[in-house]
Amino acid sequence: MAEKIATREAYGNALAEFGDKYDFVVLDADLAAATKTGVFKKKFPERFFDCGIAEGNMISVAAGLAAAGKVVFASSFAMFAAGRAFEQVRNSVGYPHLNVKIGATHAGITVGEDGATHQCLEDFALMRAIPGMVVINPADATEARAAVEAAINYVGPVYMRFGRYAVPVIYDKDTYKFEIGKGVNMTEGKDVTIVATGMLVSMALDAAKILANEGISARVINIATIKPIDRDIILDAARSTGAIVTAEEHNIIGGLGSAVAEVVCEGCPVPVVRMGVEDKFGHSGKVPPLLEMYGLTVENLVAKAKAAIALKK
Amino acid sequence: MEKEKLNCLKQTAAQIRLDIIEEVHAASSGHPGGSLSIAEIITYLYFKEMNVDPANPTWEGRDRFVLSKGHTAPALYAALAEKGFFSRDELKKLRQVDSFLQGHPDMKGTPGIDMSTGSLGLGFSTACGMALAAKIDNKDYRTYAIVGDGESEEGQIWEAAMFAAHYKLDNLCVVFDWNGLQIDGPVTEVMNPTPHDKKLEAFGFHVIAIDGHDFDAIEAAFEEAKTVKGKPTAIIAKTVKGKGVSFMENQVGWHGSAPNDEQYAQAVAEIKATM
Repeated sequence: MAEKIATREAYGNALAEFGDKYDFVVLDADLAAATKTGVFKKKFPERFFDCGIAEGNMISVAAGLAAAGKVVFASSFAMFAAGRAFEQVRNSVGYPHLNVKIGATHAGITVGEDGATHQCLEDFALMRAIPGMVVINPADATEARAAVEAAINYVGPVYMRFGRYAVPVIYDKDTYKFEIGKGVNMTEGKDVTIVATGMLVSMALDAAKILANEGISARVINIATIKPIDRDIILDAARSTGAIVTAEEHNIIGGLGSAVAEVVCEGCPVPVVRMGVEDKFGHSGKVPPLLEMYGLTVENLVAKAKAAIALKK
Repeated sequence: MEKEKLNCLKQTAAQIRLDIIEEVHAASSGHPGGSLSIAEIITYLYFKEMNVDPANPTWEGRDRFVLSKGHTAPALYAALAEKGFFSRDELKKLRQVDSFLQGHPDMKGTPGIDMSTGSLGLGFSTACGMALAAKIDNKDYRTYAIVGDGESEEGQIWEAAMFAAHYKLDNLCVVFDWNGLQIDGPVTEVMNPTPHDKKLEAFGFHVIAIDGHDFDAIEAAFEEAKTVKGKPTAIIAKTVKGKGVSFMENQVGWHGSAPNDEQYAQAVAEIKATM
């Protein structure tokens, strides 16, 4: 069984690791222990600034730092970074296209016990609607680390989503190359394509194996960059497999499913079936039963894949 | 202040008032009241206080300015044009599709603008970020911001105040433009944010209260601010909304409306009479 690491752990470790190589500062809003920016704080206390429980101020402070030439990471839970501080992200960071990297952790229902108020399921929709914003959702710890370095080297605003829950490591740290805006082909297939993001990528790989046992050939694509989305790989999948299933830990409205449907509708119309949280708020609980409750399971993904194939003309 | 220098600043402030009226009249839209109230403060900042270079607007060593009350951009645009950041001809194109002078300041499009603002409450925080950057990099530039009195009803203003004091941003000087009026009426009646002096002192600021139209007082306040160590300075500037145009003074209605041709002619005549 693959090693499991939460992407937030990888985020904190990456900040501390790359702190030696790159000049950047890190802000947090009283959640350094949870977002894991505390790992960076311990190593580089002079480059870490706690903003207290004031996320809106933190994002605007980050904009000011960036306007003065600093590369800035600003962290909180996705709910507060993308939700509470949406307008600061839009107007202080997005509009002037400033070099702020938003490290948003504890996204999705895998927050678990804290429940609905803390389970952000709308961040992709909010962030990708901001012009010029890059939106990245790594699938595992390897990709999370690589995405942090890519974000440092990219000039402009980036929203990065990390999870609280430990998920399987699917990429090799020494060989994996991450590129902003590039989807990754995980398996080839001809009957259907599962386009997944974040923790759903490893589930998609499991679903493809089950489908293969039933004689269905499923291609799996990892879309870590929700925006700008890799149109080429999605249209290639639409053309070559004729049906697409999307999988994400986000409301089915406005996230990966919507982004993929937009590309497919305009470029190569084929059935797109979306799997995600079906326009509901979250709930408290342990993660495995929560995933069952919201249908974020390998079994549901298999069923959705079959449904997409059934919609082919 | 020397008489000659004082006279020169007064003339510049009058020119900026004239520009404000020209801009808003040409656009048939904009915010004259709060632009006129900060004419002396913005004149002093750009023509005496701040170290900026119109030929190199993004020079790293420059002092920074954030107009947190971004709707009073006509005053800022006038100061930048008079200073030489761009042609005065541009002022007549305020708020038009072929102009870089947006309804609210845009740092990407307009030379000399250090931060895009307009959504109230955000600018003060961005000024904190700039001041913190100077501290991190051991640079000696200073950061200035102007916050509106109505704007101080935004919670983020007080988050920023907490932040500025916590990080001992003594290179930050924030002017509160106390003109007393906001869209829905007198600030103290709409949602009273006073007393600013006691509140800001309690937040950890060095507070100076002045007449915001008196250049000697403005100079003394900015000079005093530079001597303060370990804490940020807030200058509470008592001003008159619509100052310099008789029918606009202390009138809520001139917060965000443009003069017609007749009103424009009268405003211009009144301002020119002071020059």
